[in-house]
Amino acid sequence: MIIIITALVIGIALGLLMPSGIPANMTPYIAIAILAGLDSVFGGFAATINNNFKMKVFLTGFFGNALLAMALTFIGKLLDVDIYLAAIIVFGTRLFQNFAVIRRFLLNRHTNDFVQKKS
Amino acid sequence: MKMTHAQIAIGSICLIMAFAITLQIRSVSHNRLVNNSEMARAADLQQQLRLERTKNDDLQKQVLQYKDELNEFKAEAANSSDYAKFLTKQLERAELLAGLTPVEGSGLIVTLRDSKSPGAINADPNLYVVHDTDILWLINELRDAGAEAIQLNGERVVSTSEIRCAGSTVSINNNRYSAPFEIVAIGDSANMENALLMRDGVYDTLRGYGIEITIKKSSKVSVNAYNGTIIFKHATPVLAEQKEASQ
Repeated sequence: MIIIITALVIGIALGLLMPSGIPANMTPYIAIAILAGLDSVFGGFAATINNNFKMKVFLTGFFGNALLAMALTFIGKLLDVDIYLAAIIVFGTRLFQNFAVIRRFLLNRHTNDFVQKKS
Repeated sequence: MKMTHAQIAIGSICLIMAFAITLQIRSVSHNRLVNNSEMARAADLQQQLRLERTKNDDLQKQVLQYKDELNEFKAEAANSSDYAKFLTKQLERAELLAGLTPVEGSGLIVTLRDSKSPGAINADPNLYVVHDTDILWLINELRDAGAEAIQLNGERVVSTSEIRCAGSTVSINNNRYSAPFEIVAIGDSANMENALLMRDGVYDTLRGYGIEITIKKSSKVSVNAYNGTIIFKHATPVLAEQKEASQ
Protein backbone atom coordinates (compact mmCIF):
# COMPACT_ATOMS: atom_id res chain seq x y z
CA MET A 1 0.00 0.00 0.00
CA ILE A 2 2.84 2.35 0.93
CA ILE A 3 4.56 1.56 -2.36
CA ILE A 4 1.43 2.48 -4.31
CA ILE A 5 0.86 5.77 -2.49
CA THR A 6 4.53 6.76 -2.88
CA ALA A 7 4.35 5.88 -6.55
CA LEU A 8 1.21 8.00 -7.00
CA VAL A 9 2.78 10.99 -5.23
CA ILE A 10 5.97 10.76 -7.28
CA GLY A 11 3.93 10.40 -10.50
CA ILE A 12 1.77 13.46 -9.74
CA ALA A 13 4.85 15.47 -8.78
CA LEU A 14 6.58 14.56 -12.03
CA GLY A 15 3.46 15.44 -13.99
CA LEU A 16 3.28 18.84 -12.32
CA LEU A 17 7.00 19.54 -12.76
CA MET A 18 7.01 18.62 -16.46
CA PRO A 19 7.93 21.85 -18.29
CA SER A 20 5.92 21.25 -21.50
CA GLY A 21 2.41 19.83 -21.86
CA ILE A 22 0.98 17.43 -24.42
CA PRO A 23 0.16 19.05 -27.76
CA ALA A 24 -3.58 19.49 -28.40
CA ASN A 25 -3.69 16.96 -31.25
CA MET A 26 -2.11 14.27 -29.06
CA THR A 27 -4.48 14.54 -26.07
CA PRO A 28 -7.10 12.08 -27.43
CA TYR A 29 -4.42 9.36 -27.72
CA ILE A 30 -3.09 9.93 -24.21
CA ALA A 31 -6.64 9.96 -22.85
CA ILE A 32 -7.45 6.56 -24.36
CA ALA A 33 -4.07 5.21 -23.19
CA ILE A 34 -4.87 6.38 -19.65
CA LEU A 35 -8.18 4.51 -19.76
CA ALA A 36 -6.40 1.36 -20.96
CA GLY A 37 -3.83 1.79 -18.17
CA LEU A 38 -6.53 2.24 -15.53
CA ASP A 39 -8.16 -0.94 -16.77
CA SER A 40 -4.86 -2.82 -16.34
CA VAL A 41 -4.32 -1.43 -12.84
CA PHE A 42 -7.78 -2.46 -11.70
CA GLY A 43 -7.31 -5.83 -13.40
CA GLY A 44 -4.02 -6.23 -11.52
CA PHE A 45 -5.71 -5.51 -8.20
CA ALA A 46 -8.50 -7.95 -8.93
CA ALA A 47 -5.99 -10.62 -9.97
CA THR A 48 -3.96 -10.11 -6.81
CA ILE A 49 -7.12 -10.65 -4.78
CA ASN A 50 -7.94 -13.83 -6.68
CA ASN A 51 -4.33 -14.98 -6.26
CA ASN A 52 -3.82 -15.46 -9.99
CA PHE A 53 -1.70 -12.37 -10.64
CA LYS A 54 0.85 -13.02 -13.38
CA MET A 55 3.52 -10.41 -14.01
CA LYS A 56 3.84 -11.11 -17.73
CA VAL A 57 0.08 -10.92 -18.28
CA PHE A 58 -0.09 -7.70 -16.29
CA LEU A 59 2.76 -5.91 -18.06
CA THR A 60 1.87 -7.00 -21.58
CA GLY A 61 -1.75 -6.07 -20.87
CA PHE A 62 -0.78 -2.63 -19.65
CA PHE A 63 1.40 -1.67 -22.60
CA GLY A 64 -0.38 -3.76 -25.24
CA ASN A 65 -3.84 -2.43 -24.43
CA ALA A 66 -2.61 1.17 -24.33
CA LEU A 67 -0.87 0.82 -27.70
CA LEU A 68 -3.83 -0.95 -29.30
CA ALA A 69 -6.24 1.69 -28.00
CA MET A 70 -4.06 4.46 -29.41
CA ALA A 71 -3.78 2.64 -32.73
CA LEU A 72 -7.57 2.27 -32.87
CA THR A 73 -7.97 5.99 -32.22
CA PHE A 74 -5.52 6.75 -35.01
CA ILE A 75 -7.21 4.43 -37.50
CA GLY A 76 -10.59 5.80 -36.45
CA LYS A 77 -9.40 9.30 -37.26
CA LEU A 78 -8.23 8.18 -40.70
CA LEU A 79 -11.52 6.41 -41.42
CA ASP A 80 -13.65 9.13 -39.82
CA VAL A 81 -15.28 6.54 -37.52
CA ASP A 82 -15.00 6.84 -33.74
CA ILE A 83 -13.42 3.41 -33.26
CA TYR A 84 -11.95 4.51 -29.92
CA LEU A 85 -15.50 4.17 -28.56
CA ALA A 86 -14.96 0.40 -28.75
CA ALA A 87 -11.93 0.76 -26.47
CA ILE A 88 -13.87 3.04 -24.12
CA ILE A 89 -16.75 0.56 -23.81
CA VAL A 90 -14.52 -2.50 -23.32
CA PHE A 91 -12.17 -0.87 -20.84
CA GLY A 92 -15.01 0.90 -19.06
CA THR A 93 -17.00 -2.30 -18.61
CA ARG A 94 -13.96 -4.24 -17.39
CA LEU A 95 -13.07 -1.42 -15.04
CA PHE A 96 -16.42 -1.72 -13.30
CA GLN A 97 -16.26 -5.52 -13.26
CA ASN A 98 -12.83 -5.49 -11.66
CA PHE A 99 -13.95 -2.85 -9.23
CA ALA A 100 -16.86 -5.14 -8.28
CA VAL A 101 -14.38 -7.96 -7.53
CA ILE A 102 -12.29 -5.66 -5.34
CA ARG A 103 -15.39 -4.29 -3.62
CA ARG A 104 -16.75 -7.78 -2.82
CA PHE A 105 -13.37 -8.81 -1.46
CA LEU A 106 -13.15 -5.80 0.84
CA LEU A 107 -16.77 -6.16 1.99
CA ASN A 108 -16.41 -9.89 2.63
CA ARG A 109 -13.23 -9.39 4.63
CA HIS A 110 -15.00 -6.84 6.79
CA THR A 111 -18.06 -8.98 7.42
CA ASN A 112 -15.86 -12.04 8.12
CA ASP A 113 -13.96 -10.04 10.72
CA PHE A 114 -17.25 -8.92 12.18
CA VAL A 115 -18.63 -12.44 12.33
CA GLN A 116 -15.45 -13.76 13.88
CA LYS A 117 -15.45 -11.09 16.56
CA LYS A 118 -19.07 -11.75 17.39
CA SER A 119 -18.54 -15.45 17.75
CA MET B 1 7.83 -13.00 -2.65
CA LYS B 2 5.31 -13.22 -5.39
CA MET B 3 3.19 -10.56 -3.74
CA THR B 4 6.06 -8.07 -3.45
CA HIS B 5 6.87 -8.54 -7.11
CA ALA B 6 3.27 -7.76 -7.90
CA GLN B 7 3.34 -4.73 -5.64
CA ILE B 8 6.44 -3.33 -7.32
CA ALA B 9 4.91 -3.83 -10.75
CA ILE B 10 1.59 -2.27 -9.76
CA GLY B 11 3.49 0.51 -7.98
CA SER B 12 5.54 1.41 -11.05
CA ILE B 13 2.44 1.25 -13.22
CA CYS B 14 0.65 3.53 -10.74
CA LEU B 15 3.56 5.96 -11.05
CA ILE B 16 3.24 6.00 -14.83
CA MET B 17 -0.53 6.38 -14.58
CA ALA B 18 -0.36 9.24 -12.08
CA PHE B 19 2.23 10.98 -14.25
CA ALA B 20 0.19 10.55 -17.43
CA ILE B 21 -3.09 11.63 -15.84
CA THR B 22 -1.58 14.73 -14.23
CA LEU B 23 0.13 15.80 -17.44
CA GLN B 24 -3.01 15.12 -19.45
CA ILE B 25 -5.22 17.18 -17.13
CA ARG B 26 -2.72 20.01 -17.22
CA SER B 27 -2.49 19.93 -21.03
CA VAL B 28 -6.25 19.74 -21.59
CA SER B 29 -7.01 22.66 -19.30
CA HIS B 30 -4.16 24.65 -20.87
CA ASN B 31 -5.41 23.94 -24.40
CA ARG B 32 -8.91 24.97 -23.40
CA LEU B 33 -7.52 28.24 -22.09
CA VAL B 34 -5.72 28.89 -25.38
CA ASN B 35 -8.93 28.19 -27.32
CA ASN B 36 -10.86 30.57 -25.09
CA SER B 37 -8.38 33.37 -25.62
CA GLU B 38 -8.63 32.87 -29.39
CA MET B 39 -12.42 33.06 -29.15
CA ALA B 40 -12.15 36.24 -27.11
CA ARG B 41 -9.92 37.75 -29.79
CA ALA B 42 -12.45 36.83 -32.51
CA ALA B 43 -15.25 38.46 -30.52
CA ASP B 44 -13.07 41.53 -30.06
CA LEU B 45 -12.42 41.79 -33.80
CA GLN B 46 -16.12 41.33 -34.51
CA GLN B 47 -16.92 44.21 -32.19
CA GLN B 48 -14.36 46.39 -33.98
CA LEU B 49 -15.79 45.45 -37.35
CA ARG B 50 -19.28 46.39 -36.21
CA LEU B 51 -17.99 49.74 -34.99
CA GLU B 52 -16.25 50.44 -38.28
CA ARG B 53 -19.38 49.49 -40.20
CA THR B 54 -21.56 51.97 -38.29
CA LYS B 55 -18.89 54.63 -38.85
CA ASN B 56 -18.91 53.78 -42.54
CA ASP B 57 -22.70 54.09 -42.68
CA ASP B 58 -22.56 57.50 -41.00
CA LEU B 59 -19.94 58.71 -43.47
CA GLN B 60 -22.05 57.42 -46.34
CA LYS B 61 -24.97 59.50 -45.09
CA GLN B 62 -22.68 62.51 -44.92
CA VAL B 63 -21.60 61.95 -48.52
CA LEU B 64 -25.21 61.94 -49.66
CA GLN B 65 -25.85 65.16 -47.78
CA TYR B 66 -22.85 66.84 -49.40
CA LYS B 67 -24.01 65.65 -52.80
CA ASP B 68 -27.38 67.29 -52.25
CA GLU B 69 -25.66 70.52 -51.27
CA LEU B 70 -23.44 70.34 -54.33
CA ASN B 71 -26.48 69.92 -56.57
CA GLU B 72 -28.03 73.00 -55.03
CA PHE B 73 -24.88 75.00 -55.74
CA LYS B 74 -24.87 73.74 -59.32
CA ALA B 75 -28.47 74.72 -59.84
CA GLU B 76 -27.77 78.16 -58.48
CA ALA B 77 -24.72 78.59 -60.69
CA ALA B 78 -26.61 77.46 -63.78
CA ASN B 79 -29.15 80.23 -63.35
CA SER B 80 -26.57 83.00 -63.08
CA SER B 81 -25.35 83.41 -66.70
CA ASP B 82 -25.31 81.89 -70.21
CA TYR B 83 -21.70 80.85 -69.85
CA ALA B 84 -22.52 79.16 -66.56
CA LYS B 85 -25.39 77.38 -68.31
CA PHE B 86 -23.02 76.16 -70.99
CA LEU B 87 -20.55 74.96 -68.39
CA THR B 88 -23.29 73.17 -66.50
CA LYS B 89 -24.30 71.36 -69.68
CA GLN B 90 -20.70 70.33 -70.26
CA LEU B 91 -20.46 69.16 -66.66
CA GLU B 92 -23.63 67.12 -66.97
CA ARG B 93 -22.26 65.43 -70.06
CA ALA B 94 -18.96 64.71 -68.37
CA GLU B 95 -20.77 63.28 -65.37
CA LEU B 96 -22.87 61.08 -67.60
CA LEU B 97 -19.74 59.77 -69.31
CA ALA B 98 -18.02 59.17 -66.00
CA GLY B 99 -21.03 57.37 -64.56
CA LEU B 100 -21.67 59.91 -61.83
CA THR B 101 -25.38 60.25 -62.59
CA PRO B 102 -28.09 57.62 -62.27
CA VAL B 103 -29.45 56.65 -65.69
CA GLU B 104 -32.34 54.62 -67.02
CA GLY B 105 -33.39 53.13 -70.32
CA SER B 106 -34.03 49.88 -72.10
CA GLY B 107 -31.68 47.04 -71.31
CA LEU B 108 -31.03 43.66 -69.75
CA ILE B 109 -31.03 42.22 -66.28
CA VAL B 110 -28.72 39.20 -66.01
CA THR B 111 -28.70 37.09 -62.87
CA LEU B 112 -25.95 34.61 -61.99
CA ARG B 113 -26.40 32.01 -59.26
CA ASP B 114 -24.01 29.33 -58.03
CA SER B 115 -24.71 25.84 -59.31
CA LYS B 116 -27.09 23.80 -57.17
CA SER B 117 -25.95 20.51 -58.70
CA PRO B 118 -23.77 18.44 -56.37
CA GLY B 119 -21.22 17.99 -59.14
CA ALA B 120 -19.21 14.92 -59.98
CA ILE B 121 -17.37 13.13 -57.18
CA ASN B 122 -13.88 14.56 -56.72
CA ALA B 123 -14.66 17.35 -59.19
CA ASP B 124 -13.19 20.74 -58.35
CA PRO B 125 -16.00 22.59 -56.51
CA ASN B 126 -14.54 25.84 -57.85
CA LEU B 127 -16.02 24.98 -61.24
CA TYR B 128 -19.55 25.21 -59.88
CA VAL B 129 -19.51 28.71 -58.43
CA VAL B 130 -19.64 32.10 -60.09
CA HIS B 131 -16.19 33.66 -60.40
CA ASP B 132 -14.92 37.16 -60.92
CA THR B 133 -13.65 36.10 -64.35
CA ASP B 134 -17.14 34.91 -65.36
CA ILE B 135 -18.55 38.31 -64.47
CA LEU B 136 -15.72 40.12 -66.25
CA TRP B 137 -16.32 38.06 -69.37
CA LEU B 138 -20.04 38.74 -69.27
CA ILE B 139 -19.54 42.47 -68.79
CA ASN B 140 -16.99 42.56 -71.59
CA GLU B 141 -19.50 40.92 -73.95
CA LEU B 142 -22.15 43.43 -72.90
CA ARG B 143 -19.78 46.32 -73.60
CA ASP B 144 -18.92 44.84 -76.96
CA ALA B 145 -22.63 44.73 -77.74
CA GLY B 146 -22.98 48.41 -76.98
CA ALA B 147 -23.88 48.63 -73.33
CA GLU B 148 -23.86 52.25 -72.21
CA ALA B 149 -24.18 51.83 -68.47
CA ILE B 150 -23.57 48.71 -66.40
CA GLN B 151 -24.06 47.96 -62.75
CA LEU B 152 -23.22 44.89 -60.70
CA ASN B 153 -25.29 44.32 -57.56
CA GLY B 154 -26.08 48.03 -57.37
CA GLU B 155 -22.46 49.13 -57.95
CA ARG B 156 -21.96 51.16 -61.10
CA VAL B 157 -19.14 49.85 -63.25
CA VAL B 158 -16.94 52.85 -64.06
CA SER B 159 -13.48 53.18 -65.56
CA THR B 160 -11.75 52.53 -62.22
CA SER B 161 -14.06 49.70 -61.07
CA GLU B 162 -12.32 46.48 -60.21
CA ILE B 163 -14.09 43.14 -60.40
CA ARG B 164 -11.94 40.85 -58.42
CA CYS B 165 -12.08 37.61 -56.50
CA ALA B 166 -12.09 38.32 -52.75
CA GLY B 167 -12.29 34.97 -51.01
CA SER B 168 -15.80 33.68 -51.40
CA THR B 169 -16.99 37.10 -52.53
CA VAL B 170 -16.38 39.40 -55.46
CA SER B 171 -15.08 42.87 -54.82
CA ILE B 172 -16.33 45.77 -56.93
CA ASN B 173 -15.69 49.43 -56.15
CA ASN B 174 -14.05 48.11 -52.97
CA ASN B 175 -17.33 46.63 -51.75
CA ARG B 176 -17.81 42.90 -51.49
CA TYR B 177 -20.73 40.92 -52.81
CA SER B 178 -21.51 37.24 -52.90
CA ALA B 179 -23.75 35.28 -55.26
CA PRO B 180 -26.36 35.81 -56.61
CA PHE B 181 -24.99 38.52 -58.87
CA GLU B 182 -27.33 40.83 -60.72
CA ILE B 183 -25.93 42.69 -63.68
CA VAL B 184 -28.01 45.50 -65.15
CA ALA B 185 -26.95 46.91 -68.50
CA ILE B 186 -28.53 49.74 -70.47
CA GLY B 187 -28.20 49.56 -74.24
CA ASP B 188 -29.71 47.80 -77.24
CA SER B 189 -31.30 44.90 -75.38
CA ALA B 190 -31.66 42.62 -78.44
CA ASN B 191 -28.01 43.15 -79.37
CA MET B 192 -26.79 42.49 -75.89
CA GLU B 193 -28.94 39.41 -75.47
CA ASN B 194 -27.64 37.97 -78.72
CA ALA B 195 -24.07 38.65 -77.64
CA LEU B 196 -24.63 36.58 -74.49
CA LEU B 197 -26.55 33.79 -76.23
CA MET B 198 -23.91 33.37 -78.93
CA ARG B 199 -23.08 29.69 -79.47
CA ASP B 200 -20.38 28.59 -77.02
CA GLY B 201 -20.58 32.07 -75.55
CA VAL B 202 -21.09 33.18 -71.97
CA TYR B 203 -24.51 31.65 -71.55
CA ASP B 204 -23.63 28.23 -72.96
CA THR B 205 -20.35 27.96 -71.05
CA LEU B 206 -21.74 28.97 -67.67
CA ARG B 207 -24.77 26.75 -68.19
CA GLY B 208 -22.35 23.92 -68.87
CA TYR B 209 -21.03 24.26 -65.32
CA GLY B 210 -24.57 24.29 -63.94
CA ILE B 211 -24.44 27.98 -63.05
CA GLU B 212 -27.93 29.39 -63.13
CA ILE B 213 -27.94 32.31 -65.52
CA THR B 214 -31.11 34.15 -66.44
CA ILE B 215 -31.39 36.98 -68.94
CA LYS B 216 -34.36 39.32 -68.75
CA LYS B 217 -35.02 42.00 -71.35
CA SER B 218 -36.74 45.11 -70.06
CA SER B 219 -37.86 48.33 -71.70
CA LYS B 220 -36.92 50.31 -68.62
CA VAL B 221 -34.14 49.49 -66.22
CA SER B 222 -32.30 51.90 -63.99
CA VAL B 223 -28.62 52.04 -63.14
CA ASN B 224 -27.26 53.75 -60.05
CA ALA B 225 -24.67 56.48 -60.05
CA TYR B 226 -21.14 55.70 -58.93
CA ASN B 227 -20.99 56.86 -55.36
CA GLY B 228 -17.31 56.55 -54.61
CA THR B 229 -14.60 59.06 -55.27
CA ILE B 230 -12.14 59.01 -58.13
CA ILE B 231 -8.86 60.68 -57.36
CA PHE B 232 -6.13 61.00 -59.97
CA LYS B 233 -2.82 61.01 -58.15
CA HIS B 234 -0.50 60.26 -61.03
CA ALA B 235 -2.29 61.11 -64.25
CA THR B 236 -2.35 64.78 -65.30
CA PRO B 237 -3.95 66.06 -68.48
CA VAL B 238 -1.59 66.85 -71.35
CA LEU B 239 -2.03 70.42 -72.54
CA ALA B 240 -2.40 71.17 -76.24
CA GLU B 241 0.95 73.04 -76.49
CA GLN B 242 2.83 70.21 -74.85
CA LYS B 243 1.27 67.78 -77.27
CA GLU B 244 2.52 69.78 -80.24
CA ALA B 245 5.95 70.09 -78.71
CA SER B 246 6.27 66.40 -78.16
CA GLN B 247 5.33 65.54 -81.71
